[in-house]
Amino acid sequence: MITIDRLRFRYPGTPFSLDIPELHVATGERLAIVGPSGTGKTTLLKLIAGILAPAAGTIHVDGTRLETLGDADRRNFRIARIGFVFQELELLEYLTVLDNILHTYRINPVLRLDRRVRERARRLAQEVGLGDQIGRMPRELSQGERQRAAVCRALLTEPALILADEATGNLDPANKLRILELLFRATARRQTSLVAVTHDHELLPRFDRVVDFRGYHG
Amino acid sequence: MLNHDFYLAWRYLSFHKTRSAILIACLSLMAFLPLGLHALLDDGERQMSGRAAATPLLVGAKGSSVDLTLTALYFSEAAAPAITLAEADLVGASGWADPLPLYSRFRIKGQPLVGVTLDYFDYRRLAPARGELPALLGDCVLGHEAAAALGLEPGDSLATTPENLFDLAGVYPLKLHVTGVLAQSGSPDDQAVFVDLKTTWVIEGLGHGHDQQTPAARHQSLPFAQAAAQLQVDARLVTYTEITAANIDSFHFHGDPAGYPISAVIALPHDRRGATLLKGRYLADDGTTQIIEPAIVTHGLLHNIFRIGALFDGILVLVGATTLLALGLVFSLSLRLRRRELETIFLLGCSRATVFKLVVAELALLGLASAILSGALLLAVDHYGESWIRQFLLS
Repeated sequence: MITIDRLRFRYPGTPFSLDIPELHVATGERLAIVGPSGTGKTTLLKLIAGILAPAAGTIHVDGTRLETLGDADRRNFRIARIGFVFQELELLEYLTVLDNILHTYRINPVLRLDRRVRERARRLAQEVGLGDQIGRMPRELSQGERQRAAVCRALLTEPALILADEATGNLDPANKLRILELLFRATARRQTSLVAVTHDHELLPRFDRVVDFRGYHG
Repeated sequence: MLNHDFYLAWRYLSFHKTRSAILIACLSLMAFLPLGLHALLDDGERQMSGRAAATPLLVGAKGSSVDLTLTALYFSEAAAPAITLAEADLVGASGWADPLPLYSRFRIKGQPLVGVTLDYFDYRRLAPARGELPALLGDCVLGHEAAAALGLEPGDSLATTPENLFDLAGVYPLKLHVTGVLAQSGSPDDQAVFVDLKTTWVIEGLGHGHDQQTPAARHQSLPFAQAAAQLQVDARLVTYTEITAANIDSFHFHGDPAGYPISAVIALPHDRRGATLLKGRYLADDGTTQIIEPAIVTHGLLHNIFRIGALFDGILVLVGATTLLALGLVFSLSLRLRRRELETIFLLGCSRATVFKLVVAELALLGLASAILSGALLLAVDHYGESWIRQFLLS
């Protein structure tokens, strides 16, 4: 699913650099990335998503060489193949839960919002226990419910790869497990790969593989 | 996709109601103020020019020609000094013009009370929509808007207002009988309460009616010498406050009617020569009266109003530009506040072009709402503007 070879990245004007000689994630594999803050975990997710472009090296995702694509193509690739569950990726306060789940479809011309998508959104909300909350506003939900809605939004496009950055960071233990179960169930159903950055060491045994990022920080 | 942009913009604006309402109010006022002001000025010009053009010459007290025009044409509260009825007789006796005297000194429940002769109604083409024109002393006919404001119909009555409540020797209020309501004319006549000229003099206290106080009436049985000895005014003298069929004959006026007050005389020249001769007479006259052409006075007045209007335009351009800059600042600051939201939608795959379209959709919705609101305000100006201007001129 993901093959990274001799990847090098630098933020201009900062001493930060990221060097990854090699990293491979198989289809359907659930990979956890751990490491101290500032070691480039989130940067790696953004490189895999095509949000950032590497200075050197190659990134293959689902058979596509991302570094060869232009901005628009990388964005279209991201919309079609990747689902995000980022901690800072908030629900929009002025949209209902259902509209938040559907939001990716409303802002991307390459996606078509039709009846089937709406039904899928309702079904996903039902599955994560938000079936009777879809008409409510985000401020009326608990933190766990908001994060479940964000997971629904990430899964709605039926992505081949899910990138999760501290997706369970602010949650209580029960909700952490619930969100992780949701992600695992979704990846298992469609053989979706999962790359998750986490600081929750108690969750690590549930992943197929754990990569410690200390070694990649240049 | 366009629908989605407008849907999201609508949801954002309706969620932030107060902010959106303030932006809409600012944009609406920016659009409405210059357009509304010009609509009002145009209405005013049309109305004032039309009324002035229909009043060829005006005779009144020397002094402000504007006050005289506003008093005689718009029954303004800032009344010009009075002249006497003799002036109307002089105009009539000249043979060059027909006089239409009017007296607009009084107000009745906020509406101008105007004393005229029946010729005034013919001249202004005022006909009753309901009831009939005043025929007797104490009768009145209401203009269309005056009837609505007072809530009166033919058959009702209304009392004049005493000018000074603490003046015990002052004029009693007079109960007027409403005989009719005039059809709408779209002129200041709509707001007036019309009475016969003589009725205004009764209200002024120059004429009155009261019960008999002659010694012969009370002491018919006494010899003349004794009756004459009884001749004294009774403290119980009752002044009538309503003119009825039973007491109308007791109403009488003291003094020479030629000396009774009027506000102005509308002079209707028979021809251009008559008009020129009449004007010449007043040019030569060094007395207390003047003759004016309302069209010229109104033109001068409008010229000044439009100069002020032009000044307002300049101010509004500056205020509008400042408001636009402030709105631009508010909008850019709100985009900064929405930084996290924008980061979110970028991560979800949104392009800069889509963000731009979302912002444009928000501006379009704000613009549309502002256009509807300012359009509604302009419609209100269009509908009520003439009435507002008349009210403004009245005051």
